[in-house]
Amino acid sequence: MDITDFYDTFFEEAEELLADMERYLLELDVDEPDSEQLNAIFRAAHSIKGGAGTFGFDALQKTTHLFENLLDHTRKGELRLRRDIVDTFLETKDMLSDQLDAYRNGDEPDQEAFERICQTLQRLALEEIGQDLESGVPAVASPQLAAKPEPEAPVEQGAASDSDLRVVALLNVGEKDRQLLVEELGQLGEVVAQGGDESCYEVTLSSSVSNDDIEAVMCFIIDTDQIKIRGADAGEAPQAAAPAAATEVAEVQSAPVQAAVEPTPSASSAASVKTDSVKTDSAKPDSEKPAKAKAKAKGGGESTSIRVSVDKVDQIINLVGELIITQSMLDQTVSEMDNVANSALQNGMSLLQRNARDLQESVMSIRMIPMDFVFSRFPRVVRETAAKLGKEIELVTEGESTELDKSLTERIIDPLTHLVRNSLDHGIEPPDVRQAAGKPRTGKLVLSAKHQGGNIIIEVIDDGAGLNRDRLLAKARENGLPVSDTMSDDEVWQLIFAPGFSTAKEVTDVSGRGVGMDVVKRNIQGMGGHVQIMSKPGEGTTIRIVLPLTLAILDGMSIKVGNEMFILPLSAVLESLQPSREDLYAMAGDDVVLKVRDEYLPVVAVHEALDVPKAKTELTETIAVIVQGEGRRYALLVDDLVGQQQVVVKNLETNYRKVPGVSAATILGDGSVALILDITGLHRLSREKKEKRRPVRKPALEALTNEELET
Amino acid sequence: MNQTNESALAAAEAHNREFLVFSLGEEEYAIDILKVQEIRGYENVTRIANAPDFIKGVTNLRGVIVPIVDLRIKFHLDKVEYGGQTVVIVVNVEDRVVGIVVDGVSDVMTLSPDQIKPAPEFGVTLSSDFLSGLGSLDDRMLVIVDIDKLLTSDEMELVERVAE
Repeated sequence: MDITDFYDTFFEEAEELLADMERYLLELDVDEPDSEQLNAIFRAAHSIKGGAGTFGFDALQKTTHLFENLLDHTRKGELRLRRDIVDTFLETKDMLSDQLDAYRNGDEPDQEAFERICQTLQRLALEEIGQDLESGVPAVASPQLAAKPEPEAPVEQGAASDSDLRVVALLNVGEKDRQLLVEELGQLGEVVAQGGDESCYEVTLSSSVSNDDIEAVMCFIIDTDQIKIRGADAGEAPQAAAPAAATEVAEVQSAPVQAAVEPTPSASSAASVKTDSVKTDSAKPDSEKPAKAKAKAKGGGESTSIRVSVDKVDQIINLVGELIITQSMLDQTVSEMDNVANSALQNGMSLLQRNARDLQESVMSIRMIPMDFVFSRFPRVVRETAAKLGKEIELVTEGESTELDKSLTERIIDPLTHLVRNSLDHGIEPPDVRQAAGKPRTGKLVLSAKHQGGNIIIEVIDDGAGLNRDRLLAKARENGLPVSDTMSDDEVWQLIFAPGFSTAKEVTDVSGRGVGMDVVKRNIQGMGGHVQIMSKPGEGTTIRIVLPLTLAILDGMSIKVGNEMFILPLSAVLESLQPSREDLYAMAGDDVVLKVRDEYLPVVAVHEALDVPKAKTELTETIAVIVQGEGRRYALLVDDLVGQQQVVVKNLETNYRKVPGVSAATILGDGSVALILDITGLHRLSREKKEKRRPVRKPALEALTNEELET
Repeated sequence: MNQTNESALAAAEAHNREFLVFSLGEEEYAIDILKVQEIRGYENVTRIANAPDFIKGVTNLRGVIVPIVDLRIKFHLDKVEYGGQTVVIVVNVEDRVVGIVVDGVSDVMTLSPDQIKPAPEFGVTLSSDFLSGLGSLDDRMLVIVDIDKLLTSDEMELVERVAE
């Protein structure tokens, strides 16, 4: 097996480890660091180092090595943490990310940056603990070199000094992996003896690294529960291992030295010496126990999840979608059959329906990931931005467990980061200004996520100064945008989404260049969502992003207009009613409004917007479906309500293009295609149609209905 | 002669090419057989509002939504009827799947490079940009359509323009 096969696994794991590291670093209480957290950070650095060593990523390995040593001093309490030290650690973590990216792309990492970070870490070590990092532990940066001096000395002596002898048992590990692992172990220390079969292969290792470290390195190749590490018992282990070792020794890189020594007697005597040294050193393993127990627990958790490529999941989702369509097709056929004669078939069908739905739900849930995935990166963003701006900011996140489709979570990160930066820069005032305004010095930024209907609502709330209506209007005029003083607040707030619009008095490196808000809006619209802004002067601004939960499945209401079937997103449907003559009013000669419980709603006739032939034109015969789109309500006139069903959303743009008034398409039970209506698009379409028709100047009510309706 | 024809000819010189021949009214057209995914009947097409008249709508091709274009309407033929003989040729162009409605599919022909003549500069409805040439076979003339170019052209309104 080629070692490069493990590259991807390493990159993914290392990325996760770095993310963990960052989280712990940010959570870390500088004055009273939690030893569990320090251990976790240390372990992460260590695991990456191990992997980097295996794959020959020198820069990465060297950096993690230095970092790890510093962390080791930290967790032993020899290095007192300070805020700036944590910052340096975070910087190092970023550096590691960069290096990792470079290796992943097949490049070499930036040498200059690498040297700089190494120097920073070295200096930190010298200043804080007066110790050179390199001298503390043999430099693992060049493990071969470090390991070689030892074997040159007589084995007994080398072992007796500071190496522990222990037996690493590999359970159920295939031959190829095993060879790799033995080589791996050879880099950590010296392989004294090895032997056994596939179910249990024992390697006796003389090394100064801890059990945890050995495990961490090997975890990249096999599961933790496949590894058993124990101190070498006098006599027993080496004896078992020795005969096999004699045969396999030649294959193993670090073994030749061993071959020169008489295997059985000397190894066992060496072992007995070392067992003592292990025992005298028992304080150290003890202190590491909790950390190890935790690592075990985590390892157990890992084995219950698997990595699957998104493509595969999408393929399953598509297939399940097809299954649902086939199932509803069968359902339709069966429902037309004789009830009594086919009761067994019908029972089977309803069972199938239930199973298919369950299957669909479970499959869809695979793609859903909690918002924590997005929110977890913001403590860092806020911390850094706040520091840069000299502001004091408390970040509160709510609803981290709210789940969202993976593709959406990934795409929401950039716009959300932008909004958060904006709030920090323009929204929240500097501490002095806040104090003068009678507010607490520390500004509060809330990130929240919650479900509402078929949507997820993500809010960025700050308690800053709020948007300044006058300044926005002035700026808009300056930019030549059409504005008037009578515009509603809502419309004024929307101005910030205009391209090239920035009200920041000066451009900072955080924001204010006026690029971005329009991109934010476009991105969110591209995801099928929209942005709302609520702002009160002096109290703060709330920016609300409304997104559909998933793009793949929709609860729909099927409606009929003429002979055509359409789907309305059920989440948009509020109610439906038969409009009565008294509730319909003509407006401005060209519009019709429907009065529903003291509210006048614009009427959108679907047949008109979409040119459907043979539709009902008598207003009172149609059904008005009250729908909501982008915060506005409309009354859609349709011929008939057919029913509710879940539909698989099919993109029209894959093979065709965007159609006005239509958001997507789906396939109905009979195999035909139905279009899913886009409510705001439909309203826009019907307005455009009316504009075009305007020269004709016909009273709208008359156009839509009979003359008798006129008042 | 423009560059397209030259390159088409250059490609053709290498070896003979196979074409699917279909009829629109009395006229015979041909497209590169490698572009053809399948041939099916005309059925179950869902109309798309506010689209040009030659875009008949979309249909379900085993779970894929495919637009259907009626070339007879696009080429302003007199008689546009939908019957048992009406056929949809499903073609693959630039990673898109599009169905084109034709009056019938006659056969598959192999044309050698010398049987393909450059298309003359003509055509108001069918610009010569969309032609790979004219094929002559005994006394038949085949209009060889560059289906890639035709279907992705702006005037077909099948592909969203980048500017939008």
